Amino acid sequence: MFSRAYRAAVTVPPLVWVAVFLLVPYALLFCYSFWSVSPAQLIVHSWTFDNYKELMQKDVYLATLFRSAWIAARVMVFSLLLGYPLAYYLSFYAGKRKDLLYQLVIIPLWVSYLVRAYAWKTILGSDGVLNTSLQYLHMTRHPLEFLLYSPFAVVLTLTHIYTPFTLLPIYASLEHIPRNLVEASHDLGASPLQTFWRVIFPLSIPGVLAGATFAFVLSLGDFLAPMLLGGPSGIMISNIVVTLFGAAYNWPLGAAISFCMLGLVLGLLFLSENLEKKWSFR
Amino acid sequence: MEFPVSGSVRVRSSRWLPVHAAVVFGFLYLPIVTLIVYSFNGEGVGGFPPHDLTLNWYRILFADDAIWTAVFNSLLVAFAAMTISLAFGIPAALALDRANFPGKALFRRLVLLPLILPGIITGLSLLMLFREADVRLSLLTIILGHGTALISVATTEVFAGLQKFDRAQEEASLDLGANYWQTFWRVTLPNLRLSIIGAALLIFTLSMDEIAVSFFLIGRDNTLPLEIWGRLRRGITPEINAISAIIFVFSLIAIVVWYRLRVRAEGKAEVGAELVESAEPA
Amino acid sequence: MASTASEPVSPGTALSANPLLVIRNLAKSFGKNAVLRDISLEIAEGEFLTVLGESGSGKTTLLRIIAGFESADSGEIVMEGQRLDMLPPYKRQVNTVFQHYALFPHLTVAENVGYGLRVAKVPAAEVTSRVENALSMVKMVAFARSKPAKISGGQQQRVALARALVNRPRLLLLDEPLSALDANLRRQMQVELKSLQREVGISFVFVTHDQEEAMVMSDRIALLRMGELEQIASPREIYSRPTTAYTAQFIGHTNLLRAEVNNGMAHCGPLAWAASLPDGPGLFSLRPESIRPAPVIGEASAVRFSGQIRGQAFHGATELLQIECAGGLVLSVRAASRANWEGEVVFEFDPAEAIPVRESPARN
Repeated sequence: MFSRAYRAAVTVPPLVWVAVFLLVPYALLFCYSFWSVSPAQLIVHSWTFDNYKELMQKDVYLATLFRSAWIAARVMVFSLLLGYPLAYYLSFYAGKRKDLLYQLVIIPLWVSYLVRAYAWKTILGSDGVLNTSLQYLHMTRHPLEFLLYSPFAVVLTLTHIYTPFTLLPIYASLEHIPRNLVEASHDLGASPLQTFWRVIFPLSIPGVLAGATFAFVLSLGDFLAPMLLGGPSGIMISNIVVTLFGAAYNWPLGAAISFCMLGLVLGLLFLSENLEKKWSFR
Repeated sequence: MEFPVSGSVRVRSSRWLPVHAAVVFGFLYLPIVTLIVYSFNGEGVGGFPPHDLTLNWYRILFADDAIWTAVFNSLLVAFAAMTISLAFGIPAALALDRANFPGKALFRRLVLLPLILPGIITGLSLLMLFREADVRLSLLTIILGHGTALISVATTEVFAGLQKFDRAQEEASLDLGANYWQTFWRVTLPNLRLSIIGAALLIFTLSMDEIAVSFFLIGRDNTLPLEIWGRLRRGITPEINAISAIIFVFSLIAIVVWYRLRVRAEGKAEVGAELVESAEPA
Repeated sequence: MASTASEPVSPGTALSANPLLVIRNLAKSFGKNAVLRDISLEIAEGEFLTVLGESGSGKTTLLRIIAGFESADSGEIVMEGQRLDMLPPYKRQVNTVFQHYALFPHLTVAENVGYGLRVAKVPAAEVTSRVENALSMVKMVAFARSKPAKISGGQQQRVALARALVNRPRLLLLDEPLSALDANLRRQMQVELKSLQREVGISFVFVTHDQEEAMVMSDRIALLRMGELEQIASPREIYSRPTTAYTAQFIGHTNLLRAEVNNGMAHCGPLAWAASLPDGPGLFSLRPESIRPAPVIGEASAVRFSGQIRGQAFHGATELLQIECAGGLVLSVRAASRANWEGEVVFEFDPAEAIPVRESPARN
């Protein structure tokens, strides 16, 4: 129905933009990872595997990656634990208040990352709201040090930020479950709890996978929360990259790490997508 | 065939689900509420309970020139990014909906990738592009960065609107003698109006709050989040509470308006989920 | 016949034997909308009861209340001495075949059918054998390992049937299960469902808006209109002795004659016949097939009339004629197909075929 001119007109401009501002940059990322930096702090366009060798040989990179993955995994699990029951409640139990509650969920999703991370910083500090209120209530005598500048703070903050992100796809997949399936399950003698495990949960798995992937991937690559709240023990892989692009000035090495991260993320997305397809029954 | 999907099945209420829901909402909102409350606290961010209510921090905030310059910069960037995202995102959505071309699948994934990728990768890759192209970092580079990252939002929102749009209307227009361009302006675009406005609102809000990508593309002029970030690195001043509270209120208004618009456009309950779903293309 | 033409059978007539299910004074409203008003009826063991009605008549709501997915505002349902309406759906000995089958997409056909048994913790070996029996009863054994998405609508419907029946419920509810099938498949399934019910011996409550379907399959038909029971009787009874104008018109074609009764004679236009009703206005239902071409010398008791043919609708073996008589009265007449009706025609009918019916009050 649409003429070739029309289709060309809508396809070409975005294609060009995406090629210039997405494809080329990723390609550059790839290229940079094979270059090196001269002592005079100039980027040298000579091709070498040195950066990747360094990544594999120096322990610190792998160790940080594992720590980042461990933090990301915890964020993923906590987001799911918080997000799934809420999504379930919203979809099946909320009734008239569903619309309002849904808005309440998506508001934090889109409101500034910075505001939320900063809020936790003020709350968790040794003079912060949590410590002073605990002392005020005589529940503790001294400020709890582990609250801030620790992996705990990073996990807590990132969970706070990514729980709505995790909730949305779960909610969407729950909403897509035809309600007559729930009725059929009851009709056949299954209690609400049995219905949940046998019918509802299996059908919501694609949403769970999507939400879990988001939380994990975005947490893995996060650098802001660690910078604000992580302290020395909370450094994540992206912080190393930031330093390499900043004070440490080794762009090629930073690019190598970034490219590995990109590869890892794409791999996880691919895996998640295939798992979702396997569990999708439409 | 449409099944009754939402709402009509009510089961014996579970006790702990509403409690869990309340706890999660508390977790999501308490930090922000605390932050807002303490923005009126005379002593700043410490101490419990808050006392000495004052508007002092707000007064200091309003007198702060650097902040206002940053706000102005952010507005500029947001409007420009919004324009770019829409200008390329709307055709992209149309292309995905209507055209078949080699590499369409790759195109779709590329366009949607920035939604799921950690911002550091998008930011760094663009940084490398600008470096190789010898473009100095400035508000312009930030605009290009935001525009690129947020095309995915525009595409997703408009695409969702297109799905609800009855193709027969365009066919009728062509049948009645209008050509493709006239049909686009007279029929397609007006039908997409609400989706486009919603997308614009969302892009604007996200751009105002954006920090991860901006972090790497910043020149001499700060956007608001980066200005706040800079101050945070130097130490906490309570006016940050004040500006954060204001940002929160504006974002909240923007999101609620966006939500209402989208519900009017499509009547769907899981508004916003398409953004999350599309980042995991099935 | 228990009833005479002057006393129509009242709806909700109690059955003589021990009924399986007793519904008393059931009422349900959604907001201001009264969907069911004071429904009472009984269902016998082993009977095939069809709940028939237009959309909005409350038939689906009634079914859902029996199944347990809605609760009535007032009234009660008693099954074999126990209050059924106090139980949640998963505790009732009632199973449902849903309108859109509601098969679990993530389970195979066999797993779907065995669902209720597994939930009830029936031992695995027994589950397997009962599932196989159920599947062979609906001729779906070959598809045991398929997923619902891969089988056709008609096949899904059989699986839904097997899934419900395998649990040996006391009562099977079917919510317009055939409405999504095309015409030929529908007719085939009607026959199969009926024989299945005979074979299994359970009471079926079948909801439909299609009166032909109801006539073909049912032992009794309960006609619902706007939340009230218009008439409940066997198909033959409800067809030949409708109690209300609505029933007469909903089931099959009819001519509704508004007559004035005077001294035992009903007058309607050029027609007059003996009717033992009190003086005053009367409403009569006269089926088109009860009117036949009049022989030259007809019976003395038959009512003759002549008229012009105004319309002729060919139905194959028969056709439906619109005959305009003196005074403008138009009657529908079903006659054997004949290509050449000409000029004035003379028809007659037996006064006993003019069934007096009640007016159906308009309800909002």
